[in-house]
Amino acid sequence: MADADETSKQAERNTNVGDGIAVKKQDIARAKNEGKELTKDEKQRLRKEKKQQKKNKKDDKGESEHENVPLPPSQAVVQCQSQKVCTSEKPAKSKAEQRAERRARQEADRAAKGKKGESAQQPPSGKSKAPPNELQPVVKRLPEHVQVDDPAAVRKLAKKLERQQIPVRSEYGYKVSLFSHLHQYSRKAPLTQQISIPSTVIHPYIVRLGLQYSQGIVAGSNARSIALLHAFQKVIQDYKTPPNEELSRDLVNKLKPYISYLNQCRPLSASMGNAIKYVKKEISNIPCLCKEEEAKKQLLSCIDNYIKEKITLAATTISAYAIEKISNGDVILVYGCSSLVNHILCDAFDKKRKFSVIVVDSRPRLEGREALRRLVKKGICCTYVLISAVSYILPEVSKVFLGAHALLANGYVMSRVGTSQIALVAKAYNVPVLVCCETYKFCERVQTDSFVSNELDDPDDLMVTRKGKIHLENWQDIRQLGLLNLVYDVTPPDFVDLVITDLGMIPCTSVPVVLRVKNVDQ
Amino acid sequence: MVFLILYSTLAMIDVHSFKRTMPVTDKEVALSERIEAFLAELKRGGSGAGTLRGSGETARETTALLRRITGQAQWSSAGDLMEIIRKEGRRMMATQPSETTVGNMVRRVLKIIREEYARLRGSSEVTDQQESLHQLLTSGGLSEENFGQHFKDLRANVIEAINELLTELEATTDHIAMQALEHIHSNEVIMTIGRSRTVEAFLKDAALKRKFHVIVAECAPFCQGHEMATSLSEAGIETTVIADAAIFAVMSRVNKVIIGTQTVLANGGLRAVNGTHTLALAARHHSTPLIVCAPMFKLSPQFHNEEDTFHKFVSPHEVLPFTEGEILSKVNVYCPVFDYVPPELITLFISNIGGNAPSYTYRLMSELYHPEDHEL
Repeated sequence: MADADETSKQAERNTNVGDGIAVKKQDIARAKNEGKELTKDEKQRLRKEKKQQKKNKKDDKGESEHENVPLPPSQAVVQCQSQKVCTSEKPAKSKAEQRAERRARQEADRAAKGKKGESAQQPPSGKSKAPPNELQPVVKRLPEHVQVDDPAAVRKLAKKLERQQIPVRSEYGYKVSLFSHLHQYSRKAPLTQQISIPSTVIHPYIVRLGLQYSQGIVAGSNARSIALLHAFQKVIQDYKTPPNEELSRDLVNKLKPYISYLNQCRPLSASMGNAIKYVKKEISNIPCLCKEEEAKKQLLSCIDNYIKEKITLAATTISAYAIEKISNGDVILVYGCSSLVNHILCDAFDKKRKFSVIVVDSRPRLEGREALRRLVKKGICCTYVLISAVSYILPEVSKVFLGAHALLANGYVMSRVGTSQIALVAKAYNVPVLVCCETYKFCERVQTDSFVSNELDDPDDLMVTRKGKIHLENWQDIRQLGLLNLVYDVTPPDFVDLVITDLGMIPCTSVPVVLRVKNVDQ
Repeated sequence: MVFLILYSTLAMIDVHSFKRTMPVTDKEVALSERIEAFLAELKRGGSGAGTLRGSGETARETTALLRRITGQAQWSSAGDLMEIIRKEGRRMMATQPSETTVGNMVRRVLKIIREEYARLRGSSEVTDQQESLHQLLTSGGLSEENFGQHFKDLRANVIEAINELLTELEATTDHIAMQALEHIHSNEVIMTIGRSRTVEAFLKDAALKRKFHVIVAECAPFCQGHEMATSLSEAGIETTVIADAAIFAVMSRVNKVIIGTQTVLANGGLRAVNGTHTLALAARHHSTPLIVCAPMFKLSPQFHNEEDTFHKFVSPHEVLPFTEGEILSKVNVYCPVFDYVPPELITLFISNIGGNAPSYTYRLMSELYHPEDHEL
């Protein structure tokens, strides 16, 4: 009796398992054995049990911070049942409960004191239901793809991939010491060579998508995001909820190995990251009582809406704003192949503006040729030069339109390598620089140089055949020679005069304002 | 009979060129053949398709040819010689206007002739200098001098002076490389663009004693940076090749930018390989010093907007190959070879006579060339 009182008095966060846990457990076990679907309460109880067990395991190991590994459901059920079998007596159970509660309290205290500069208001509970306060300190985890020089991080990634049954991609070639913290892969060794086809772990559409990314068949941040979302739609269509699981939780867990796989094929872009965050949020917001078919239909239409709103309609809006900036007789300079800038120019041409375009291109990707093809097909009068001739051609230019891969929170523009150079030379000649970017590419990262977070492409791409001879053919044999093939660079905000987004025309420094407004909306 | 009349009329019409085109002696035949061969080499070498010869080689060959002309051509006074050399010089410059070292060597030789003549005439060097200053003010002076007097020793003296010039030319790269240790310290990151034999020798000399890292921008479309990088790395220097597009991205880690150039212009600016202006702007943005290794024979009395011959273009096939046929016909494609770099972006010139600032160029110019020779 006293035990029951004690247990009932303890009103801790996740200890309502304390009241009559054994009874509930028997119910659950019975329901499972009968093959009926668990009710919502039972599912919640099960979840909380799992959490408690995990915490106990952690306390036993004595670790302070660790990633929460979601136990596969079957394991937890077995544990649950076994625990029920061996700890069915009430007094023993409540003692374990007390120990658990004490430990949980200790951990909460430790956590409150341990973190430096953290406000004491942060409740020790896992979920903080307080409204997102922007002044709350953020505990960010450094993304794995910029920690290649840290062996502990590499081991952790390898373990995670092993668990998800995804092969690790091997590094290629000599890496320049300034970039030893980034991955460098060869295009000739795609990840698909190391997995069995058909793969049992990864959906075939995702396998295909990963290969398309790593070979550069799908390139450009809009194209990559749209391809990713379509692949997710296929995955959702083919998904079947396993018994005794909720769609909102299991589907998110199903997507995690796919995302790791895609990350291994090619590091995720900022736009892809935002799209994934949105999809995960939508999935976890599916109400539990929703039937599977309905839930899937809802998710598919959510994704369609996202693409329509954030990409297609945004392009139309940006084009409508941008056309005010294009006057007759303009000579417009563009760099590389940005789908948005091409769209703007084609729209302006359709609206009978008279202008000519100069397309600047750079080795080794030579993406400008694709933009050139599209513009010439439309009938726009074009000129084509390489990036080293920019200072020759710039005196004739009246405006520069650039696309962006992402806009960072400190106002820097992350874009294809060479963009910052064009902005620099344009500034020297007093030519206005306009950057066009949809708001879904805004990201909360901050960066001041192109070194800390970048992508290294295949170094063999820099080789070129001139007069039948390749000078750098044996670069791997020469120990002191390194080739560097960067993919992105950051442009400081003082080179950019205007950013055209679907929310309007803003200066570069207003990006954190837009991000804040978006967060409050959500 | 008729033939004779025709012959003589032709002869009367065009006496001077007749003199030129019909050499009298075997020596002159050989000489004109030499000149023609040299002009053909110049023409072929400048298109970018043939072997790109270094300017040093061109300078030496030009000087050797001028020495030969001095030795073998028919002339009686300094004025005649100068006339001959001017004519040949104009022809050579017309063949390849972008190869300015030819014109520079011609002007140097003309200055040598003037000096030797003045020395033989007996006027001391001091008065010469004073006269030249006075000349600057009054634009008169030595122009009254028609260089008509005949001196027996003039030929020998001029040839000797040209030999000295040749020795100087052969040693320029070494003299520049000797200064390397004054400018490069250990653990530096140095950036360069394209391929310059002077910079290559400079860096290799420094690498004998110090350890540093070099980043080479490949300089599309000719990608001469690749050759430079292989050559430097084989000499034991830690080298990295980057694409042109990454110049600004990488510049924040660079300590010094060391480049070569095709020509140093009269205002201290450069005519260098394309992409150099971007490099200079990026260096200025990061406050990185820009050092130009240029021997004295590259100094030219031209300004960059003087003639239409500043820019040189080569086949657009290098930029957009003929395999892209469908769009090639509808598009303008440019492939300029040179870039203009204004003197404000340059920190230091290193030449075989030492280092100097771009603002000192005008003085060097007055020491090398006579003002009347600026227009050949």
